[in-house]
Amino acid sequence: MPVFYGTPIDSPLMLGTAGYPSPQTLADAFARSGAGIATVSLRREAGGGQDFWALIRSLGVTLLPNTAGCHGAREAVTTAQMAREVFGTDWIKLEVIGHADTLQPDVFGLVEAARILSGDGFKIFPYCTEDLTVCERLLDAGCQVLMPWGAPIGSGLGLNNPHGLRALRAAFPDVALVVDAGIGLPSHAAAAMEMGYDAVLLNSAVARAGDPAAMAGAMADAIRAGRAAYLADPMERTDMAIPSTPVIGRAFL
Amino acid sequence: MRITLNGTPRDTAATTLAQALAEAGLSGRIATALNGTFIPAPLRKTTPIRDGDAIEALAPMQGG
Repeated sequence: MPVFYGTPIDSPLMLGTAGYPSPQTLADAFARSGAGIATVSLRREAGGGQDFWALIRSLGVTLLPNTAGCHGAREAVTTAQMAREVFGTDWIKLEVIGHADTLQPDVFGLVEAARILSGDGFKIFPYCTEDLTVCERLLDAGCQVLMPWGAPIGSGLGLNNPHGLRALRAAFPDVALVVDAGIGLPSHAAAAMEMGYDAVLLNSAVARAGDPAAMAGAMADAIRAGRAAYLADPMERTDMAIPSTPVIGRAFL
Repeated sequence: MRITLNGTPRDTAATTLAQALAEAGLSGRIATALNGTFIPAPLRKTTPIRDGDAIEALAPMQGG
């Protein structure tokens, strides 16, 4: 089970709370997912904020507020400070968006914001790319968790760069790594866990499924299987066939 | 005096951030920023507001 900033979490599935057809669907999906962490956000109070607060409190999960939609370090830092007060946690999923179409992280602003927030006592979960240099800078800035994207947020494309994600796992064997964003299917989540990732964060794949609760259950099963496979030490791949049936003792006919 | 609250201009008689929030009926679990700077809840009563100020009052919301 993953450990983030010294806190063990019961499930490697981290689930978002956005885009569900109804509050009841959200609650059902969380119940089926067994998720240990729920991501949440802050928006201008226009009614509904207090009801949502009551709903997420009833889920019995650890909250991870985000800075979604922030396009600069300063904006992200202020949002993080506001989130800490509203949600009563120093955990923050740090998003600094750099590109409107891909929602790709602005990794320069991300490192800058991480350094500021780290100095202010925050425990940062940075939404980043799988770039090794950027990840090293984030660790230098005080991050103890890295959350590289699988693919653009909400795209459902899966793991666009499995080689890069594998390299990141190999480069930082002792850092908690989470694939965040881009997951569309349980097989994508399983693939991330098979690589040795500590957790998977997803939202749209469940919220936008025809049956969100059923998809939440499927994701939980896939993540469990992927983690078990990683721990079982998968066989090496080869390009050529290797007979599985013994050759010795074969009849000469 | 005219301020902006959550992006909407409004006339106010309030002199502090806390009064401006109360005037707009905003309460419960919210966080505030004044002109882009976070203002912790305990400081709202003593934080003055001036003509042209921009206040953000944010509440818990769904997020991914």
